[in-house]
Amino acid sequence: MKKVIQFTLNGNEVSAELESHKMLLEVLRDTFEMTGTKEGCGQGECGTCTVIIDGVSIKSCLYPVFEVEGKSVTTIEGLVGEGGKLHPIQEAFVEKGGIQCGFCSPGMILSAKALLDETWTPSDNEIKRAISGNLCRCTGYVQIIDSIRDAATRLSNQDPK
Amino acid sequence: MTDYSFIGKEIPRPDAPDKAAGKALYISDLVKPGMLYGKIKYSEHAHAKIKHIDTSKAEKLPGVRAVITGYNTPEIRIGFMKDNFALKKDKVRQFRDEVAAVAATDPEIAQEAVDLIKIEYEELPGVFTPEDALKEGAPLVHEVDPGGRPRKDNLIQLPWKWTEGDVEGAKQESAFIVEDHYQTQRVQQTCMGTAGCIAEFDLQSNLIIYSKTQIPYLAQNDFNQALVAMGLKGKSTRVIVPYLGGSFGTGLDTHGYEYITILLAYRTGRPVKILLSRAEEFSNLSPRQPSKTHIIQGCDKEGRLTFREVNMLLDNGAYTSWGATTPTVMLMPISTLYQVPNFFYNAKIVYTNNTYCQAMRGYGNPQATWAIESNMDQLAEKAGIDALDFRMINRNLPNTESFGFKITTCGLEDCIQSVGEKLKWREKRGKQKNKARGVGMASLFHTGGGCRIYRSDGTGIIMKLDDFGNVSVATGGIEMGQGFNSALAIATAESLGVTPDKVSVVFGDTATCPWDVGTHASRGAYTSCNAAIMAAEKAREKIFNLASEHFMSRVKSVLVKKKKKDPDFQMPDFDFESPRDPSEFELKENTVFLREEPDNPLLRISLGEFLRTAHFRNQGTMIVTEAFYDPNNGMLDPKTGKGNLSATYTWGAQGAEVEVDLETGEIKILNFVSANDVGKVINKQTLMGQFYGAAVMGFGYALSEEYKTDKGRNMNPNFLDYKIFSASDLDFPLHVELIETNDKEGPFGAKGVGEPGLVPTAPAIGNAIYDAIGVRIKSLPITPEKILAALKEKGKR
Repeated sequence: MKKVIQFTLNGNEVSAELESHKMLLEVLRDTFEMTGTKEGCGQGECGTCTVIIDGVSIKSCLYPVFEVEGKSVTTIEGLVGEGGKLHPIQEAFVEKGGIQCGFCSPGMILSAKALLDETWTPSDNEIKRAISGNLCRCTGYVQIIDSIRDAATRLSNQDPK
Repeated sequence: MTDYSFIGKEIPRPDAPDKAAGKALYISDLVKPGMLYGKIKYSEHAHAKIKHIDTSKAEKLPGVRAVITGYNTPEIRIGFMKDNFALKKDKVRQFRDEVAAVAATDPEIAQEAVDLIKIEYEELPGVFTPEDALKEGAPLVHEVDPGGRPRKDNLIQLPWKWTEGDVEGAKQESAFIVEDHYQTQRVQQTCMGTAGCIAEFDLQSNLIIYSKTQIPYLAQNDFNQALVAMGLKGKSTRVIVPYLGGSFGTGLDTHGYEYITILLAYRTGRPVKILLSRAEEFSNLSPRQPSKTHIIQGCDKEGRLTFREVNMLLDNGAYTSWGATTPTVMLMPISTLYQVPNFFYNAKIVYTNNTYCQAMRGYGNPQATWAIESNMDQLAEKAGIDALDFRMINRNLPNTESFGFKITTCGLEDCIQSVGEKLKWREKRGKQKNKARGVGMASLFHTGGGCRIYRSDGTGIIMKLDDFGNVSVATGGIEMGQGFNSALAIATAESLGVTPDKVSVVFGDTATCPWDVGTHASRGAYTSCNAAIMAAEKAREKIFNLASEHFMSRVKSVLVKKKKKDPDFQMPDFDFESPRDPSEFELKENTVFLREEPDNPLLRISLGEFLRTAHFRNQGTMIVTEAFYDPNNGMLDPKTGKGNLSATYTWGAQGAEVEVDLETGEIKILNFVSANDVGKVINKQTLMGQFYGAAVMGFGYALSEEYKTDKGRNMNPNFLDYKIFSASDLDFPLHVELIETNDKEGPFGAKGVGEPGLVPTAPAIGNAIYDAIGVRIKSLPITPEKILAALKEKGKR
């Protein structure tokens, strides 16, 4: 079954005629050619396909695309500002060594964003919980946790509430 | 101490912004116009005769462009001993054997076609443990060797036996002897990016293959041989390597899927991509070898080791990869971790109908060190000596030699002491049994200066300066996540005299990058930075030769222009005419200047501006240099078995404090220390990242990871059932200590450190568990079930 699906993708209204069995991950990568969202397992176990849907971090490989109708999706591409300016969370990952092979990084950064959209003063345990569904085989997580802590500081310095 | 501008600082890696932005391209992201998708039909049995293959239904499926089997394609032999075939005919020897493959217009059609291929088998009895495989009359995995000669048994003929001194004599003279059996499990590398490739042919039938490999140049050779088998003798291969998404040893061999993609691309005349699913990555790539080790060690009354005897049985699986050579690295700790005057080591490596094994980070060293370091604690206990003191008594020393391994710098003593301090060893060892808490440690010895397992251990660098002062460094090495690109950029900047932001590291294309033997053995940064220092020296020589002719005339023309613009400007009294000697010049921070007047702003020219004068003149020149660095090391001599494999060696010690729940058997790490002799820090940030990541991979090896099989079939090809550590499992402090020993062979004194950080992790934890509860688990992973069983067993006695 095919259906025209409309949703907001990184702030832009988009629509596409899509087959019902497709998952959001495939649509993001193939239909919208945004390959920043990665497929590490296709079974919701590794977190490399994490995107933010209406403020919540979601594994897009298990998210039926029909469900996204009318919702707002943020992918890693959506965090990059004008002129390629990285988001403070991305900057923190770059500066603090949170990136090695980079395959988990987009999903990891979006899980971090979902957390930091809620709080700028997360505890280490809250950080670990927020990324517990995002596997990384390279870093041992230590510098990722450092990066997210640093990102929280950057965000609160940038825009003090 | 040398004062460096960039060496030793914390510098973000150059590829991080693209990776953070989701712009870095991996094999999964690449698409070529007209590309087809390939899927593989794997065996349905561990051991069976192929009676008939029916591909007729698959061929008729709309969208299918090719269906290939071993019967309608040329035979391509692969593997370390050429005992494997790209597509299997007559017989399958493991579940992952590739029997047929399809190329279709989309991956779903390709999969549907694969499912339509019907294969009739006659099942054969299989062998699934090395012990069974070695029994008299056991089914033969291979009836003939690659030369066609009949095989008598399943033992692989490799010369993995070494001895030094008089082990039997030492046994007689030892005051204390301990003996035990240790096992390790299969584990999978679990790169987050799964493997895959795209193959295509140009109009002249030359192959272009985009692949996830650590050995582009050896792969080029392998693929050229495949082209010969395909009747394309004289045609060439270009290997292009996108970002890898982790590799950890998976890319050290070429794989069946790569050859199948090549065959499909040639058959269809279209680019073909095969991308492994996560389940395929688990079940159809090669894990780390499982091992069974019988170890005996002895010491004298003072605790000095007298001998070490190790007999090892390795389950190779159905075909050989380079993983069959891991005993050459296991030899290193067995002969040389601590001073052992007499040793014997024999490894039997055996064909079975299990999945064939491959190298993984550490290359055999974790299996060997698990047995050695667990058993060291047993010997220390028997001798009545504290385990840390016992290690100190036997520690290796700088400027010594052991079984051909020339130990230059050696930070083992500092590593052991550092672990002791961080763990509060003296306060805690043996003193927290009432809380079921304990501390334990283990050490490591590994290659740090390349590793000559091939005739060459070399790496090439091409350094190209443009007329904007930018430097491209083309390397044969592969950046797979480890950060050698960052070390290479920093080493280039430091040795050339530019800032790191001016340096771009170019890698991953055999057509444009110079030759390298492969990114393995912790050799990437070590070899490439040494090559960069050589190439930078040549570039500086060229720049300063140019300066001797043109620097002052360039200064003059700048000043004349200045004077035109500003009539009040006083022309300085420089000697513009006399030739200058090249040695009078220096290049630092992207600027060429005279050494004697480093601060005179009128006598400084930016590198870019200066190089433009090199290009834009009659009979101009350009600054492109190359260097090939081949470390000062040697292969193992086939006669003596000895050789200085690495130009320098890394050392380390790790320590754990653990608590065991006596009711559930659950093991909780309370504190972990990883102390490492790194030679010299090049980039602290990426270096720390290697040790954090390795330690956490080591925790998985010690406690949670096990690639389970049932009669050759992988039973847990997913992350729910194969448990790697997640961030929430890391609920304890992980300290990494860096100890600098400034090795003279290393670039700026540095050693290679990609692998060693996981080598002693498991025995450090195992030894801590013994300290906590007095039971020793001898097979990895150390699970709560094993703890409870061991406690029950202990209670009985």
